[in-house]
Amino acid sequence: MKSNERIVLDALGIGRALSRVAHEIIERNKGLADLTLVGIRTGGVHLAHRLAGKLKEIEGAVLPVGALDITLYRDDLSKKSEQPAVRRTEIGFDITDKKVILVDDVLFTGRTIRAAMDELIDFGRPREIQLAVLIDRGHRELPIRANYVGKSLPTAPEEKVEVLLKEEGEEDRVIIENAIKD
Amino acid sequence: MPLKTKDLISIKDLDRDELRLILDTAESFKEVGTREIKKVPTLRGKTVVNLFFEPSTRTRTSFELAAKRLSADLVNISASGSSAAKGETLLDTARNIEAMQADLIIVRHPCAGAPLLLARKMTSAVINAGDGAHEHPTQALLDLFTIRERKKTFEGLTVVIVGDILHSRVARSDIHALRMVGATVRVVGPPTMIPREITDWGAEVFYRFDEALKGADVIIILRLQLERQGRSLYPTFREYSNLYGLTPRRLALAKDDAMVMHPGPINRGVEISPDVADGLSSVILSQTTNGVAVRMAVLYLLSVGARADEAGPGSDEK
Repeated sequence: MKSNERIVLDALGIGRALSRVAHEIIERNKGLADLTLVGIRTGGVHLAHRLAGKLKEIEGAVLPVGALDITLYRDDLSKKSEQPAVRRTEIGFDITDKKVILVDDVLFTGRTIRAAMDELIDFGRPREIQLAVLIDRGHRELPIRANYVGKSLPTAPEEKVEVLLKEEGEEDRVIIENAIKD
Repeated sequence: MPLKTKDLISIKDLDRDELRLILDTAESFKEVGTREIKKVPTLRGKTVVNLFFEPSTRTRTSFELAAKRLSADLVNISASGSSAAKGETLLDTARNIEAMQADLIIVRHPCAGAPLLLARKMTSAVINAGDGAHEHPTQALLDLFTIRERKKTFEGLTVVIVGDILHSRVARSDIHALRMVGATVRVVGPPTMIPREITDWGAEVFYRFDEALKGADVIIILRLQLERQGRSLYPTFREYSNLYGLTPRRLALAKDDAMVMHPGPINRGVEISPDVADGLSSVILSQTTNGVAVRMAVLYLLSVGARADEAGPGSDEK
């Protein structure tokens, strides 16, 4: 199998999308009162920190940022699949009665978000959970939608979307890999 | 990267990378223990059986909490209340448990090799929770976890294990694990309690506690097994305590930041003085806390996903 990849969003594009999402967050919530950000490991955590940076630039307030590892809440653990590595969940603040904005890089089937919401609720009872994603690629398997979308990307189910970020030592870009059979 | 082994019978079932994987995974599970709701749904629907043919409170409870925090269903079977007392063989007992669709069986048995026998005959995963004087692998894993938590690395560490090495499954597992990660291991105790083959395991032998303590980073004290008294391994309690008890004076011979460990239960005033047991160097209670996290990691790694030899394609593509 060979694959060809094409860039759908470059560094500038990612920056602009996040700026717009930041403005939408402020608009929808009429400011930043009681807001917290929780990123889903790994990509979502970096994006949550970037969003926190943008929100600080615009409104001057610093939001708490947490990290969620959803491995222990996955619904496919008993299926025949490779064993996922368990990483650390770090939420150093109380989320009860707060508005939590979950942040992830790619929204696909929605199963990750389901797991993330279940885990969040084990940490407390947030007043509201909102969802921000950089890419919405469609093909939902659960009734879940994002409140903030950086870019909607129509894809075929077998295609692969990857968000590469400089925090992971990559050049900022979003690529779509198109699997071609020989 | 999953574990290659179906069971955990001996530290030798693991390689260095797998050992590190277990310790790293345990770090994530330790965080779960600090939450208000100390429970994750990971092993929902799995059945875990604690099959204990020897008395145990700490280890049994530790496995029980680990399984419950992972949402598995757990059943405790102890020798006194079981059909073993009615003459059923170990294998028959185990086959009946397996027939009830147990996924994981945790075994403690007075005979070395009993868990291995079960592991070979059964499809369920078997975890050795101590077999005779053979091994107690999860104790060694939690000891390593506790050492790494405080010392950050194993390179260049000198670990002293003191007491009845001959009868100690904790000592065997600890020595194998510590050698695997590159620590220097010294064992010390009365000559009657040091097995002859010890040097083959890569440990240095001492008979004088004071000498062994010089430059030590970690001191692991073994419990003086009172139930073995009368087997002429040492003349009196008091003499043993004088020669091999860890007192503040002796502790001062080790490095300033030396840590003191004990698998429990401790005999205060015998192998460890109360001042040391309750002192700043003691990490005995951290060992107990860490035991639950390490056992959660072992339960998770042995029961989730396919093993390396049968892994299919990943299902988490974005």
